[in-house]
Amino acid sequence: MATYVFTAEQLAQIEAIKSRYPSVQSATMPVLWLAQDAFGHVDADVQQLVADTLGLPASHVHGVATFYTQYYKEKKGKHVLDVCTCLSCHISGGYDMLHHLENRLGIKAGETTPDGLFTIQSVECLGACGYAPMMQITNDVFVNELTPEKLDQVIDTLKKGGSPDFEPIGLVNNRETA
Amino acid sequence: MSFDWKTYQPLLIPNIPGLADIKVYEQHGGYVQYKKVLGDQTTWTPEAVTNEVKSSGLRGRGGAGFNTGLKWSFMPKPDGGPRYIAANGDESEPGTFKDRTIFEFNPHSFIEGALIAAYAMRITAVYVYIRGEYRSWIRMMEKAIADAYAAGHIGKNIHGSGFSTDMYVHSGAGAYICGEESSLMESLEGKRGYPRVKPPFPAQRGLWGRPTTINNIETLANVPLILRIGAEAYSQIGAKTHPGPLLYGISGHVNKPGVYEFPSGMPIETLIHEVCGGVKGGKKVKAVIPGGSSTPPLRGDQLAGVCMDSDSLRTAGSMLGTAGMVVMDEDTDLVDVLTRIAHFYHHESCGQCTPCREGTGWLEKTLKKIRRGDGTPRDLELLLDICTQMEGRTICALADAAAWPVRYTITRFREDFEARVKTPVHAHA
Repeated sequence: MATYVFTAEQLAQIEAIKSRYPSVQSATMPVLWLAQDAFGHVDADVQQLVADTLGLPASHVHGVATFYTQYYKEKKGKHVLDVCTCLSCHISGGYDMLHHLENRLGIKAGETTPDGLFTIQSVECLGACGYAPMMQITNDVFVNELTPEKLDQVIDTLKKGGSPDFEPIGLVNNRETA
Repeated sequence: MSFDWKTYQPLLIPNIPGLADIKVYEQHGGYVQYKKVLGDQTTWTPEAVTNEVKSSGLRGRGGAGFNTGLKWSFMPKPDGGPRYIAANGDESEPGTFKDRTIFEFNPHSFIEGALIAAYAMRITAVYVYIRGEYRSWIRMMEKAIADAYAAGHIGKNIHGSGFSTDMYVHSGAGAYICGEESSLMESLEGKRGYPRVKPPFPAQRGLWGRPTTINNIETLANVPLILRIGAEAYSQIGAKTHPGPLLYGISGHVNKPGVYEFPSGMPIETLIHEVCGGVKGGKKVKAVIPGGSSTPPLRGDQLAGVCMDSDSLRTAGSMLGTAGMVVMDEDTDLVDVLTRIAHFYHHESCGQCTPCREGTGWLEKTLKKIRRGDGTPRDLELLLDICTQMEGRTICALADAAAWPVRYTITRFREDFEARVKTPVHAHA
């Protein structure tokens, strides 16, 4: 069993989180996020640590962790590629992008490459419908208007230790008059 | 419509470079309305602010379209205890991607609007709930709120006015249901996002048992504009019964998808064929979902004269929802699209109510059967029957949101479904 501990700095952050809410229970989600950022996942052991740190029942923390899809209840690849296949992405080739990734990495959606570098997931609407098809990398940066070529570039960038840049997109009105 | 969209100057997200920076926002009249209210509380009593918003006709931009000022007026009289705003930036309805434009390009308009709302309802803390997937935008909002604190717009005895309030960001973590207001409150309380039975309504018993108002991000971002130009002028923008500027998120098979700002009430055909440069490949429109996946789809051959406001869309048999419009061309396989939508609602049902938990599963299962060519004509009646068993029989509206696209896609595009249940797809393969 792996043992996880929060650093003094993280414990101070947790105290700051608790101060934003009138009840300790409300800190559950932000502290799960903090733990996931620190350890890469919130498996049962991390959930126990969160529960102990907040003085909440482990069953409560487990219930919350399992309700929300973005918490990784088990270890994932270093880079989690969440390909949106919902409505607007679906009709704009989202599944083609998913299948391109599956072919390129030799795994299926839901699986992790043997080297532990990549996990692919097919996910629900990420709120980037106008820039479909798109994906999100490890709960962070959005990569929009995907093509097979763009996907290959992203994989190459990630393999080299880089990360795709955030893509600012404004109102179309303003883009056109700019 | 005599309105010339080509010369329209956006009001919610004006074309000012660097507007997300608090200094630029203040240089362009930012926080002036808020200070005006705080500086003259005799004229601008909380009730006067609420009445101004009420008479502007502003209706919620999150989907339900309720009069915002009227909602504020439901808050009980202050009793000295805490009172909350939960600002809803969960934005998870497929086809909806507008609020992130506010977070990114004009966050302070939202913050100012939320602070004016906080003053009007004597709110002690505003919680800004943003979907967890929007991590990039959460960072932007945290920075913007920190800057607003540093500028003295949030905190204790703000600008010497005697008014105090706080503002915090709360990140979701991947759950569509948390956009439902009572589920959002459960999530803020650190729980699984199970919607609450109403009544009691949030204004009576909301967050941590205290009076709470839930408003959409775009709704609150309209508030400084209302105070700047006045309720009367605001009410003249766009559609009379649903006035104001509106963020249209347009996606699907159009040449220029994206978020556009125009007055409410834009004709759908103008949006598709002029604003968005038409359908890709010059194809015909088969279907339009006007306001997010739960709003009933309209047939492409029945769009003439239909405008993006609640009255026009109600007459046409749909809803404005979030104004997240999805355009589908003539080659779209609607059986496939509907199956994917049904999968979404099945995935996102919280599982609390049996009609929704089981119904969404049966909708998906039955549609998959039809999609793979094993469906029978009876399955279409079965789907409609399942919808009837779901609609209005659950704690929240997710069951309705799941049932409506099924009901209306089948009834309005019956020929597509009948062709599939009569001629199995694999027979052609």
